[in-house]
Amino acid sequence: MKKIIACTKKYLPFIILAPVALMIEVILEVNIPKVMADIIDIAIPSGSIDAVGQLGTKMIIMALCSLLAGIIGCFLSSTGAIGFGSELRKKVFNQIEDFSFENVDSFQQSSLLTRLTTDVDYIQQGLRMMTTMFIRAPFMMVAAAIVAYQINKDLFVVFIVAIPIILVSIVIFGKIGMPKFRYMLTKYDGLNDMAQEYLTNVRVVKSFVRQNYEEKKFSDVNHQLMTSSIDIEGLMCLLGPVMQLIIFGCVIAVYYLGGMDIVSGTMELGQLTAFISYISQILMGLLMMSMIFLNIIRLKGSVDRLKEVLNTESLIKDGPYKGSVEQGSVDFVNVSFRYRNASKDSLSNINLHVDAGQTIGVIGATGCGKTSLVNLIARLYDASTGVVKVSNRDVKEYNLKVLRDQVAMVLQQNVLFSGTIEENLRWGNENATMDEIKQACKAACADEFIESFPDGYKSDLGQGGVNVSGGQKQRLCIARALLKKPKIIILDDSTSAVDTHTDSVIRTALKENLKGTTTFIIAQRIASVMDADKVIVMDEGRVVDFDSPENLLKNNEIYRDIYQTQMKGVE
Amino acid sequence: MAKHGPQQVRKPLNPFKTLKRLLAFIKDWLFALIIVFVVIGISSLLSVYAAHLVNPLFESISQMLQDFDSAYKSFVKVLALLGVVYFLTALLQFVSDRIMTTIVNKTLNKIRNQMFSKMQRLPLSFFDSKTHGELMSYYTNDVGAIRDALGNSLVSLVSAFVTLIATFVMMLSISPLLTLVIVVLIIVMTFITKFIGSRSIRNYQGQQSTIAKLNGYMEEMMAGQKVVKVFNHQDAVKREFDQINQQARKNSTKANFYASVMGPISNNLSHINFACCSMFGAYLVIAGTITVADLIEFLQHTKNFANPLSRIMQQFNSITSAIAGAERIFSILDQPEETDEGNVTLVYATFDINNQLIESEERTGLWAWKVPNEDGSTRLVRLRGDVVFKDVDFSYDGKKQVLKDVSFYAKPGQKIAFVGATGAGKTTITNLLTRFYEINEGTILYDGINIKDIKKASLRQSLAMVLQDTHLFTGTVKDNVRYGKLDATDQEIVEACKLANADEFINRLPQGYDTVLKGDGSNLSQGQRQLLSIARAAIADAPVLILDEATSSIDTRTEKLIEEGMDNLMAGRTVFVIAHRLSTVRNSNAIMVLENGQIIERGDHDDLIEQKGKYYSLYTGQFELD
Repeated sequence: MKKIIACTKKYLPFIILAPVALMIEVILEVNIPKVMADIIDIAIPSGSIDAVGQLGTKMIIMALCSLLAGIIGCFLSSTGAIGFGSELRKKVFNQIEDFSFENVDSFQQSSLLTRLTTDVDYIQQGLRMMTTMFIRAPFMMVAAAIVAYQINKDLFVVFIVAIPIILVSIVIFGKIGMPKFRYMLTKYDGLNDMAQEYLTNVRVVKSFVRQNYEEKKFSDVNHQLMTSSIDIEGLMCLLGPVMQLIIFGCVIAVYYLGGMDIVSGTMELGQLTAFISYISQILMGLLMMSMIFLNIIRLKGSVDRLKEVLNTESLIKDGPYKGSVEQGSVDFVNVSFRYRNASKDSLSNINLHVDAGQTIGVIGATGCGKTSLVNLIARLYDASTGVVKVSNRDVKEYNLKVLRDQVAMVLQQNVLFSGTIEENLRWGNENATMDEIKQACKAACADEFIESFPDGYKSDLGQGGVNVSGGQKQRLCIARALLKKPKIIILDDSTSAVDTHTDSVIRTALKENLKGTTTFIIAQRIASVMDADKVIVMDEGRVVDFDSPENLLKNNEIYRDIYQTQMKGVE
Repeated sequence: MAKHGPQQVRKPLNPFKTLKRLLAFIKDWLFALIIVFVVIGISSLLSVYAAHLVNPLFESISQMLQDFDSAYKSFVKVLALLGVVYFLTALLQFVSDRIMTTIVNKTLNKIRNQMFSKMQRLPLSFFDSKTHGELMSYYTNDVGAIRDALGNSLVSLVSAFVTLIATFVMMLSISPLLTLVIVVLIIVMTFITKFIGSRSIRNYQGQQSTIAKLNGYMEEMMAGQKVVKVFNHQDAVKREFDQINQQARKNSTKANFYASVMGPISNNLSHINFACCSMFGAYLVIAGTITVADLIEFLQHTKNFANPLSRIMQQFNSITSAIAGAERIFSILDQPEETDEGNVTLVYATFDINNQLIESEERTGLWAWKVPNEDGSTRLVRLRGDVVFKDVDFSYDGKKQVLKDVSFYAKPGQKIAFVGATGAGKTTITNLLTRFYEINEGTILYDGINIKDIKKASLRQSLAMVLQDTHLFTGTVKDNVRYGKLDATDQEIVEACKLANADEFINRLPQGYDTVLKGDGSNLSQGQRQLLSIARAAIADAPVLILDEATSSIDTRTEKLIEEGMDNLMAGRTVFVIAHRLSTVRNSNAIMVLENGQIIERGDHDDLIEQKGKYYSLYTGQFELD
């Protein structure tokens, strides 16, 4: 909570001054009817045109000041609340940027996005309401009550009777209405989910000829939505009239009692009119307050979700060593790794030594720990036990930026960003020359298709790189990583959408371009690792063999199995 | 939560036509609607009358000061009358609201149902050309806009108009001069409101576009988080975000200010109004033109007068966007439906004692096409699964040719595999056989019948599909399998699952066959989802099978299960398979190698390997097929 409140700092003056302006407005507002009462009770009986003029001008000036205060208040609360919202969003966004991979895994992408958009918006609007209506309603109530009390103490009894009645009816409506309302919302969500589901499954529906079935399903839910909506809305139709009846009852009581007071000489005509105008201000204030209160309570969910993000500390702590990674050797010493909340190790007791400049294939069934293994090299995750060394230094000692600059990873689930191809490639190296970019693309077999685009390297990729095919995307991702000129490059199933031929061309080109660079190639295809110097064969989190492809074919059963299923019939 | 900012006003293209159609929708409840209007009208008149009653009330109070006894009676009488009027106003408001609630919800129900039914009948090309978000906004935004307009605006509008006119008449009857003051002030107010309103809309649109940009950026960065970290781009991303965020803040602040400033402005302008009236009214009282009670009544009316005007203006915006929403919905309802001029239907069949094929009421495992003859009689053609493509040309957009002169045949029980690079046209062939899309040239024959003559529902019933992306529905495992055959017994479901090799994992699920799946099946692994979709196709038991093998990597064990399941499913059926697994291809009777929409090689596996052509190179990785 502290962290959320801290976001108000920059806009604190606005947030504090907005209610002040609002209070000024309210005080002026509730006093206007009082001046009107004076006109009727004092100026008119005296017949003095001057007195009317004076009081009238006073009233107009008060209204103008109130207008000014209102406008200023609006400006202050808009600036304050929106400013706070943007600070909060920035804070949350920056926090997410500092997440480690493990943190990223623990939040769903869509849920993070909802927090950044909807939740921040809700809290922002909540603050706006707090600096406006939430202050206004009770303040208006109190101010109106004070003025009303000043005018006539006896009539105030009416409120003392009415207020509990109103509160009780609000509570009753809430008690009956809330469950109905929630039920209706679930039906509403259900309906939308069903429509959405149809859109994604349209091919299935059509191929099984289930249109009538779907229609029936939809119309059932639609009917439920209708009845539940009528149920809750029908109830809410009562709320307005009930409130009206209570207010009207008060008005009549005040008229009667006030009329009697006028007869007995303790009240004036104008005062009675003024008093009447306070009734709805006081009583509607209660309703407003309860509505706002409900909204604020609803904010709790949003606040909790943001707190969860803000209280998540990165699990990877930066290391002190800022020198460079000298060469590309990699060592695993007794390394085990387990994902947080997992029940068993993803990697167990790994010992490996990879010389700088070697090309290493990694192969094994899905889920056997190939990705987990290479992730430890760039310190995307930390080993649970044991030490991972790059260039003979524990990866935990390196400054993260230094390490990741020198260990390039082409992720399995890779993304490109909106912008041109060139802009995307420059993620690898902002200062790369055009020649360097072209060379990297050539090595990744991306140059041909890029140049076939009308705008070449300036072609726009669209959000998420939608304008290129899967294979093209993978090749761009490889080129992007190559531009880093890293000591170690890790290709995690990065050519799965590329045809076998291009795949082999890429591998040959990489070999030429990356002389001296240690290369890890994780692949499903055996062909992708057949020309590596050595291949790591993994099974259920263990390295079962680490040898040259030729030896493996002779000695390793798993490797041979994969080889035979994939290559049989070809030879 | 209160609405913030004006709704984005979308201008309808043809408001009157749309309005007429929308009214036609409400037609069933037209009578109820008229009652609502009458009730609202009466209740508005009553509230104006209540304001008028203040006059005799204060008159009687003044008289009580002179002659209490005689005036007290009329004082109580007026109060009683006021009580009755108040009570009636509240009652009528409840009645009109209650009726309106029903009308609105029934109308929305009807609109949603029609829209969904319509979407059932639209061709696949419609869905392929629109994003889901776009289509969903018809159900959420557009229906929502209609709800707002029907539920609030219409009622408000009527009551505002009645109140306005009645109040105006009452004010005129008290003092035309004072009314003039009000009218002048109201005109000024209207201009200010309009000015702010237009700024408000403009700023709101500005806000929306920067917010869209901000959201787009955040969405992209959330998706690319890991890449950002791998490339050490956190700081650059933070900087860029800050820039966009600041821009959004500026625009939002402005939009928010203009949207919210309306409240205090109209509120305080009515105070100014009230103040001016009090002052001028007091002059008139002193001049003896009106009484104090008149002034008090007039001031009551002033409050009622300013309010409806700004309400009317707001409602117009909401009604405009409702009409625009309705227009969009109607444009969906007007879309051309999937054409189906076929008259050949699929029936269960059996052989009679003379070994003649006859139609059967029950499922026999034997199917036949019921083909109408020219003289009105029908004949039965046994469904065998004999499919012929003859010189088929096809293009999705009329420009880029996707299939050219594609000809092939599949004899009953044969397995035909299609291989080739992405975009070579493999999936298109299945889209044409199912008639998701219509061919441009050539013919497709199914057991000798042109598929254009076959009723689409029958055609698709005869084809079972297992698609690459496995789509499941919200519901239990059982429900999902039963989708293939709605009247399947539990026993049949278990058998289908056993055939598909899905039984084992289903039994391991917490509630077994009754485990509830989320819509996208996200609580299952991808392999398990595939097994379920195989079971779903298995229970449909269609004679022809279309299989689009998944490319995604699945663990070896599940992969084996899937392979076996598929093999079980394929047995005895004509199968078209878009193959990614070598084992599937090897067992095919014929392999069609597609390139750029043409079949460039055909034959069985051994033939093609021997040819040492594209097929050979595809699987040895020596030459680029692309």
